[in-house]
Amino acid sequence: MIAESLYQELILEHYKHPQGRGLREPYDAEVHHVNPTCGDEVTMRVKLGDGGKVEDVSYDGQGCSISQAAASVLHELTTGSTVVDSLAVVDAFTRLMQGRGQVEPDEDVLGDAVAFAGVAKYPARVKCALLAWMAYKDALVRSSA
Amino acid sequence: MTESMFDVERIRKDFPILSRELPGGRPLVYLDSGNSSQKPAQVINTMRDHFEQHYSNVGRALHVLGTESTEAYEGARDKVAAFIGAPDRDEVIFTKNASEALNLVAYAFGNPTNTDERFRLGPGDEIVISEMEHHSNLVPWQFLAQRTGATLRWFPVTDEGRLDLSGLDELVTERTKIVSIVHQSNVLGTVNPVADVLARVRQVGALMMLDASQSVPHRAIDVAALGVDFVAFTGHKMVGPSGIGVLWGRRELLDAMPPFLGGGEMIEAVWMDHSTYAPVPHKFEAGTPPIVEAIGLGAAVDYLTGVGMEDIQRHEHDLTVYGLDALGEFPGLRIIGPTTAEERGGTLSFTFPGIHPHDVGQILDDRFGVAVRVGHHCARPLHLRFGIPATTRASFYLYNTTDEIDALVRGLHHVQKVFG
Repeated sequence: MIAESLYQELILEHYKHPQGRGLREPYDAEVHHVNPTCGDEVTMRVKLGDGGKVEDVSYDGQGCSISQAAASVLHELTTGSTVVDSLAVVDAFTRLMQGRGQVEPDEDVLGDAVAFAGVAKYPARVKCALLAWMAYKDALVRSSA
Repeated sequence: MTESMFDVERIRKDFPILSRELPGGRPLVYLDSGNSSQKPAQVINTMRDHFEQHYSNVGRALHVLGTESTEAYEGARDKVAAFIGAPDRDEVIFTKNASEALNLVAYAFGNPTNTDERFRLGPGDEIVISEMEHHSNLVPWQFLAQRTGATLRWFPVTDEGRLDLSGLDELVTERTKIVSIVHQSNVLGTVNPVADVLARVRQVGALMMLDASQSVPHRAIDVAALGVDFVAFTGHKMVGPSGIGVLWGRRELLDAMPPFLGGGEMIEAVWMDHSTYAPVPHKFEAGTPPIVEAIGLGAAVDYLTGVGMEDIQRHEHDLTVYGLDALGEFPGLRIIGPTTAEERGGTLSFTFPGIHPHDVGQILDDRFGVAVRVGHHCARPLHLRFGIPATTRASFYLYNTTDEIDALVRGLHHVQKVFG
């Protein structure tokens, strides 16, 4: 069945046990993004350090398993990374999601986020997966402004 | 089941799409008719026949095709008028959907070119809706309040999902100019007590409109017996095509209202600096209308009449009782709306703790071929009232069976297994 490729064990695991969830201080920027068609929402805070280091990405939100698991994976991949490296991951993830299932994911870049490859075949769910990632990009822009 | 002539298996054969297979060989279990209904061959064939044999523009062409098209289009108006018990066929205005019908009436208020007292609106005047409205019976009235400075007020909804009439006399007052509420909720399934509200509306001299998008498809409606002033509904939820909706209004009110959209066919005479307007219904039908869609709606009305609206209502009532029983026993499931089938249609919305409706809908579709709707169903304020972002909604129609409700329940058990 198709849903099996969508609901990878890893996604369900992140949904049931989200990593780094909860809004924390201090932070440089906070953003709130919503998906009006389904009501998914995420609030995200970013704290940057010296040398473009991403010290913390904290978040809270509500929504489907895809949207919430995507926020959890994002937290894991970005916290402790750098702005430049994490933006490369965001770009790779965005390309994968918008690739209609035709883009081969690069596990070296994407890590756990490759589990979302199946989502790309569901146009209605791509926005769910991208919600937190677009919020992160927005928060970076605002924190360096 | 009842002993009428109603035979759901025979009805299902009229709807070609119900026998298609989904990818992977799954059968289709269509429980999303509250969103949009499927179409019987009778409607599809009528529309095809019109395109192939009769099509032309209506009301303007003098040739054979123009005459045939006009007859079929106006014939559809006669059918719709008879179907809803309209005292006068010219009271049936074709719109593109229920939203346009609701907007048409909302824009009749507070229009400075119109001097009829009933449609004057300004600061101090009030518009009354309810907390269970679809956005289509909500946003147009917000616009109206913003345009005119009038105040928008609303009936609350009880925990059981009924209209809360306890404050009726304080809510509907001499300041009220229009009360517009849904007849049957597209989320809760609740059928609202029109007569109780209308009695107060008449006392204070206001007008009353019903959004009947979810009631006209499912029960026999007689607009004269209902006694309200305006009724809006849409074709695609009543086995007809999309792109066609209906506004019914009392003739003397329609005559007193200003036109809505300007354009061809809605005029009587035009000069460079002003115009006079056609009588209703054409006053409100600017431009080339959705001709074949209207004719398709006429065929839909014929089809529903042939099956019998009372039998359809009885069948859906049986499905509702069955569905409420099945879902009511489901561990952890919370029904949003009345839990008994009295004054209630076959629209069952529910939530599971910890499982988002999108995930429910995805698994029901992918694994079981069960099509439901998930989200806020264009009634976000109602979901806010219940403190939830979204629900999963199964909605029934004349072609649904108890076997399909069983399939839904099997699917829900699997959803719980995946996310439990």
